[in-house]
Amino acid sequence: MLNGLSWLNPPRIRGGVHAEERKANTAAQPIVTDFPLPKKLYIPLQQHVGKPAEPLIRVGETVLKGQLLAYSQGMISAPVHAPSSGIILDVNDYPAPHPSALPIRMIVLETDGKDQWLELPEMGDPFQLSPENISLRVGAAGIVGLGGATFPTAVKLNMGRENHIDTLIINGAECEPYLSCDDRQMQERSEQIIDGVRLMLHGMETQHAVVAIEDNKTNAFYTMAAAARHFPAIKVIQIPTRYPMGWDRQLIRYVTGREVPVGCRSSEIGVTIHNVGTAYATHKAIRHGQPLVSRVITVSGGAVGKPMNVEVPLGTLIGELFAFCGVDAAQTARIVMGGPMMGDSLPHTGLPTVKATSGVLALTQAELKSTDEQPCIRCASCLTVCPAGLRPVDMANHIKANQLDAAVDIGLKDCISCGCCSYICPSNIPLVQYFKYASGEVAARQQAQHKSEQTKKLMAARQMRLERIAQQQLEEEQARIAAKKERERLQAEQETAAS
Amino acid sequence: MYVLYAIISLTGLGLLLGLLLGVAGKYLKVESNPVVDEIEALMPGSQCGQCGFPGCRPAAEALAEGKAPATLCPPGGSALAEQIAALLGMELDLKDVQEPEALVAKVSEGTCTGCTRCFKVCPTDAIVGAPKQIHAVVADACIACKRCVEVCPTECLQMHPIEVTLRNWRWAKPRTTMLGEVPC
Amino acid sequence: MITYHKPASGAHVGANKSVSQIMGQVMLAITPATAFGLVCFGWPAIFLFLITVTSAVLFEAFCIRLKGRPVKPVIMDGSALLTGWLLAMTLPPWAPWWIGVTGSGLAIILGKQVYGGLGQNLFNPAMLARVALLISFPIEMTTWANVSPLFFAHSPSFAESWQITFSGLQNLDAYTGATTLGYIKTEFSQNHILPDILQDYSALQNFIGWTRGSLGETSTLLLGLGGVWLIRQKIIQWQIPVSLLATVVVLSTTFHLLDSDHYVSPFLHLNSGSMLCVAFFIATDYVTSPNTSAGQCVFGAGCGLLIFVIRTWGAYPEGAGFAVLLMNSATPLIDYYIKPRIYGRDRQGKPLEIPKP
Repeated sequence: MLNGLSWLNPPRIRGGVHAEERKANTAAQPIVTDFPLPKKLYIPLQQHVGKPAEPLIRVGETVLKGQLLAYSQGMISAPVHAPSSGIILDVNDYPAPHPSALPIRMIVLETDGKDQWLELPEMGDPFQLSPENISLRVGAAGIVGLGGATFPTAVKLNMGRENHIDTLIINGAECEPYLSCDDRQMQERSEQIIDGVRLMLHGMETQHAVVAIEDNKTNAFYTMAAAARHFPAIKVIQIPTRYPMGWDRQLIRYVTGREVPVGCRSSEIGVTIHNVGTAYATHKAIRHGQPLVSRVITVSGGAVGKPMNVEVPLGTLIGELFAFCGVDAAQTARIVMGGPMMGDSLPHTGLPTVKATSGVLALTQAELKSTDEQPCIRCASCLTVCPAGLRPVDMANHIKANQLDAAVDIGLKDCISCGCCSYICPSNIPLVQYFKYASGEVAARQQAQHKSEQTKKLMAARQMRLERIAQQQLEEEQARIAAKKERERLQAEQETAAS
Repeated sequence: MYVLYAIISLTGLGLLLGLLLGVAGKYLKVESNPVVDEIEALMPGSQCGQCGFPGCRPAAEALAEGKAPATLCPPGGSALAEQIAALLGMELDLKDVQEPEALVAKVSEGTCTGCTRCFKVCPTDAIVGAPKQIHAVVADACIACKRCVEVCPTECLQMHPIEVTLRNWRWAKPRTTMLGEVPC
Repeated sequence: MITYHKPASGAHVGANKSVSQIMGQVMLAITPATAFGLVCFGWPAIFLFLITVTSAVLFEAFCIRLKGRPVKPVIMDGSALLTGWLLAMTLPPWAPWWIGVTGSGLAIILGKQVYGGLGQNLFNPAMLARVALLISFPIEMTTWANVSPLFFAHSPSFAESWQITFSGLQNLDAYTGATTLGYIKTEFSQNHILPDILQDYSALQNFIGWTRGSLGETSTLLLGLGGVWLIRQKIIQWQIPVSLLATVVVLSTTFHLLDSDHYVSPFLHLNSGSMLCVAFFIATDYVTSPNTSAGQCVFGAGCGLLIFVIRTWGAYPEGAGFAVLLMNSATPLIDYYIKPRIYGRDRQGKPLEIPKP
């Protein structure tokens, strides 16, 4: 709470809110694994940070589960694999799982019901492999950060190895309300997750790993601690329950006491964070040769008849997921992909689930925060809860008055959109939307500035082109006149010579 | 005789004054006000003339002298008006400013005759095409000044709104009045 | 298919705190002290209170109507009601009705609405109005009624109270007297010393509130309880009250130890006048106090210092209103210099250095 006195003793946890957890109805039941295979799967080519994957299959081709559909492009990218066996129906633009539902390129796969795996290679002892090889296999399996950031895991492993990090932190915080997919995975798949952690340690040539679990997940803590007991390199600890403990920088400061400078990656100070789901996927890829084709998703919210954690193939339409979970459309006031603090709303259910989807919520009007915006009363609750140490009250007031540069000056670019300020605001001001709007507007103005500079260059180039043409014409004209004069002179000489 | 004197004296006067102007032009040159350069840098640079001045530089000079309001540039919209007002410390009344529509010219290929009139007037050379060949607009270079649309004889060139894609989609500003009411 | 048209971002769930809830809790905290004051001073106080509060709400409605906006949502947030209530608490209990109306008008119109409404004002509206009244109508604002509790024999009846509030108070000396601080000040000017002045002073009476003073500010006990409850409810933070009171205590203790004949003891300071009301309810106003905790400590300390200085060496026996207004004007400056440190940056805003391995 002593924000201004932080110079005395940097707080280990800063700001944050105690959000109502609302996880009880999904965290108590095991992961449902018998989700009926959908008829069609819509697989976007970009489910990760970086360049979209490039398809190498053709329409009409038959594929097996786990077969490579699109290969990664460039340094930061990830491949896409078939979540089930079937026929490729289309490679075209379809609505993306985004608040605008604007189209992006997707592969549409019609499943044949057999769900037949590709012939998977025999995997030997992965600890005999070189660390670079581990990264290569993780990359080839299409694994990205499954906490929601979707940064290609192979690139992160390489960065960790190159920067000689000393601590790997495994993020089992799951601080967002409603979501419990990581909790259930830690309870049911702890052995595999710890194995994945060991593989990551090997891939980064690091000796220490810390698994951080919020203290509201006591069962998960015990199962993970039990699974890790034979491996002294892996420590399992409990961290206080507070949103956003799972924010990587907050977690790093809490666990190691180090602060990541702005503009740096955490690996530059010797720490890297991976999600528990990513560790599990790493285990599957390296031990069993299975690429990332499915994930556990929490379906919850007041309008859901049967809230649950369910393992679904990637590309499943949300509508089918909702039908399976008994979502009441009449009661649903908003569909949210992700958690209720950072997730974005979706306009309809005809959109696919992707690697980043940790949860889909169908929220009733009663669960939603009121949108009745009132004047700011300068209570500074937002300032107190901001984990990044920003001043949402001042930034929002600048943005309302169209002083975007002033907002950028006081730290708009450092906002992580965690939503703590919007959560706590008694005047129901949509603070995070103001900041997202302002960031977009600043980017648009920079693009406009860039365009006007381009325009000036183009116009100058055109001017030069026209001048060059005029010059050429002038020279040609002069050459013609000179040639004509020469001809006349010769003719005159001939005539005088003849006469 | 007097005619000769008149011719000589006037010619001499003309030469003398011309010489003086030349010398003054060299040694008494007024350096352009640097703020005018800054204002011009903010402007779109398309020399479209919608502000009523014959180009971006004269408009910038008028602004520097306080002879034009900050909202004079329609393609710049309210964003440009704010930047100019901030630079010059001017009053800003955004009531009548309309946001410029993001438009781009497009050739409807069925009716293009290859007359090259559009090619000749495009200030950024955004139109490519040879005589008697179908022309096309390079969208990235198009500044929507509409000169090509005006000269096209078959009206095959039209302005279209720029498509919103996932790349250029932006969050809207939450709308509220001073008392916090959100108009729907 | 479900279709929700407008893209919504950010936190979709909320803490269920609203502006009217906050105002409501503050009003709940000051109810015991106000009720005690109304009982102590009888019908005239009740009339004055109702008039002040009602006129505050009506002035707000009038201003909103002038702006052309719907009135009900703004009135329902409770801020005008709270401003009127706090102002009423600081008025002399038997002041005439027009003091209440003028005060409300100054507070709402000049103190709040001309700045742009809720959240935009620079000065605390209640204190602005009180100071303006004090300077403009010094007689009415320094006429302190004796404790004449409701339904007691010697207290004015309903009809008499009506007279007092609407026609003015006759026969002043029978019904009024000086407050403790006022008495001390006048006695000092006659060169008496404290032990003699305070012969009839009863600390317990002052603590409970059975003494002359403002309408709602006499009871140290009830104000203190209300304030502590409000901190516990997390409506206000502890920094301002604690720094304000601590500063007053430290300064008064120092001077009292040096010369106990001429400097009032810290207990009397805490027990008197509006000290606790200002510390818990007035200086902690969100709009006019700094945003950061350290800034709030500076603000509270500044208020405490000014209150002590005005009480000890100033012309007025009570300096809280002036102190708060002066510190309100310093709030933007405090906020400019005292800011939280952004994660990953140093205090100047530059990115941190990468620690050497």
